[in-house]
Amino acid sequence: MNTPVVVTGLGVVSPNGLGAADYWAATLVGKSGLSRITRFDPSQYPARLAGEIHGFAAEEHLPSRLLPQTDRMTRLALVAADWALADAGVSTAERPAFEMGVITASASGGFEFGQNELRKLWSRGGQYVSAYQSFAWFYAVNSGQISIRHGLKGPSGVVVSDQAGGLDAVAQARRQIRKGTPLIVSGGVDASLCPWGWVAQTAGGRLSTSDEPSRAYLPFDSAARGHVPGEGGAILIMEDLAAARARGARVYGEVAGYGATFDPRPGSGRAPGLRKAIELALADADTGPAAVDLVFADAAALPELDRSEAAALCAVFGARGVPVTAPKTMTGRLYSGAAPLDLATAFLAMREGIIPPTVNVEAAAEHRLDLVTRQTRDAELRTVLVLARGHGGFNSAMVLRSARDTDPPVANERKTHVR
Amino acid sequence: MSGEFTLDDLKRILRAAAGADESVDLDGDIADASFEALGYESLALLETGSRIEQEYGIVLRDDLLTVEETPRGLIDSVNAHLSGAVST
Repeated sequence: MNTPVVVTGLGVVSPNGLGAADYWAATLVGKSGLSRITRFDPSQYPARLAGEIHGFAAEEHLPSRLLPQTDRMTRLALVAADWALADAGVSTAERPAFEMGVITASASGGFEFGQNELRKLWSRGGQYVSAYQSFAWFYAVNSGQISIRHGLKGPSGVVVSDQAGGLDAVAQARRQIRKGTPLIVSGGVDASLCPWGWVAQTAGGRLSTSDEPSRAYLPFDSAARGHVPGEGGAILIMEDLAAARARGARVYGEVAGYGATFDPRPGSGRAPGLRKAIELALADADTGPAAVDLVFADAAALPELDRSEAAALCAVFGARGVPVTAPKTMTGRLYSGAAPLDLATAFLAMREGIIPPTVNVEAAAEHRLDLVTRQTRDAELRTVLVLARGHGGFNSAMVLRSARDTDPPVANERKTHVR
Repeated sequence: MSGEFTLDDLKRILRAAAGADESVDLDGDIADASFEALGYESLALLETGSRIEQEYGIVLRDDLLTVEETPRGLIDSVNAHLSGAVST
């Protein structure tokens, strides 16, 4: 039986807000976190804007033992995990270690830490490289450090599929909960705003070269010209619904459906896989397009990718058939952190009945989308779809249901049609 | 580099290399406690040893940097290198 899996805690680290409350307040007023890079001098690079997190002092949140061994992305992830667990009211020390796991997404690893150590390697010699380089750079390190800090010894791992990974990790967490682990810490946090990380991102050819923060990242706009990268993401506490109810947890909502596909090879003439991913996610949630109240778009902001996403949405929902938004226009694309932040935003939106806006964008008519631009829109939100695509062909879709619809009577009723 | 390696030198390098455990007072009476009891794992000691080697221009034996070792034992070994009693 597919037991319902719910989210009970949110930890947000975003360029426009630290902590879920700050982030949500900023998002509702359309406050952007995009600006010229300050972490290093970007003047020699073709792209110079990013969504940087300012005012994050790791030493205020983490013990000194962790600082010499962690990249910035790991420090952000550890703090987000602390906040998410506190938000969920979970004390990990009081729970059996093997009944808690951690599955995060990662897209880049600890680039800044790695850059510093590689610089020592070629400028001074191997004996000067930190012993912590052995793990501080790699994809699984956020999961590993969260696991160690909180004593989570159940199923753990990392999922790497670029931006789609943020949904893929949450789906993997749901699988592990359904296999019997009552609580999994999931989500993703990426941060690679350092010269090495920047060169790697530039090589992907998808970055906006604009110097105007309000004109740089414009998904679905006729002036779309690539994206602005950001740092951050969100950590989510996921639990078996029955276990969450048993401990009296506050429930944000249910991860009700998931679908993932891979695009056919370029030039094959076959359709891209996003539409199929959406259909799979809806089927997995035992629902249909008519029930969906809002879509969080992947919002690549490259004309061809915008066209293909809009086409998938029109194929499933009809032209202008469902409200669509991309609050990531305020944060930049956060890679593995983007979809977890969209999930967190979706739960807050459902709770408040408010659709956060897609800022700075004038929706191009050709896309035939009901894009929520300029300001918030009030709406009753019970079912929300979140999309994420990863470089190289990854497509993932996730259906969320509001907390109200996971109340015991409704959940019991739904069990009758679970396959 | 000056002649002697002291407990203060070791504490300075430990803090920079690996930080300090919140439940341990490095300024307390630690000379005979094991590094494990002080909250350091093998990687922290590897990093600490590497920094001592760079700063003092010596090469320490690998088996010196174990979690069972104590600050006093490590300091004595470093000083033995510095005084020329141990060739590197």
